[in-house]
Amino acid sequence: MDAVFKAIGDPTRRAVLDELVDRDGQTLFEICSRLTMKHGLTSSRQAISQHLAVLEEAGLVTTRREGRYKFHHLDTTPLRSILERWPIREQP
Amino acid sequence: MIRINITSVFVDDQAKALAFYTDVLGFVKKNDVPMGPHRWLTVVSPEQPDGVELLLEPSEHPAAAPFKEALVADGIPFTSFAVDDVRAEFARLTAAGVRFVQEPVDMGPVTVATLDDTCGNLIQIATMNG
Repeated sequence: MDAVFKAIGDPTRRAVLDELVDRDGQTLFEICSRLTMKHGLTSSRQAISQHLAVLEEAGLVTTRREGRYKFHHLDTTPLRSILERWPIREQP
Repeated sequence: MIRINITSVFVDDQAKALAFYTDVLGFVKKNDVPMGPHRWLTVVSPEQPDGVELLLEPSEHPAAAPFKEALVADGIPFTSFAVDDVRAEFARLTAAGVRFVQEPVDMGPVTVATLDDTCGNLIQIATMNG
């Protein structure tokens, strides 16, 4: 759970997740382009790679190799642990 | 005054590249001159027959292959071409069997998509919005 909080505790990483919600299965180049063009984030490719590694460590992003290509996919299941620990109570 | 006359893309196989860049993408052949084992092979846009030529250059140098592979692994296009409508081209080229690693994405001032040229490169197609 610490890894999940660390992962989503950074605005750039949250922007990466937003863009993967918009379209799942992106190359590193597409993610970098979206962050630059849509979010005004000018982090280096190396920096984005490291952000993706943090997201991957938390299980929020998985990578898939297909031939010579590498795609990044979103997996939101680790977020369930947050709701399991602090369930949302229906208001009476 | 200096100007751009030729730009190039490294291709694994010139004959295959010529077929893809003409039959599939829609360029037309401009120059084809035998050069030892290879050819001085250029294509142009049918819209601009006297415009910038694209040289289909053999990727024979040992540095070319790892360079191209590293770009492809990260999804980085080697170069970018203008099209009137990225989404229409995406539909046309997908129907023709072209593999896209990035579907059309609206990036604000520009809409882009990225395709595999089958010769070892990713190529971006782009339409300026508005």
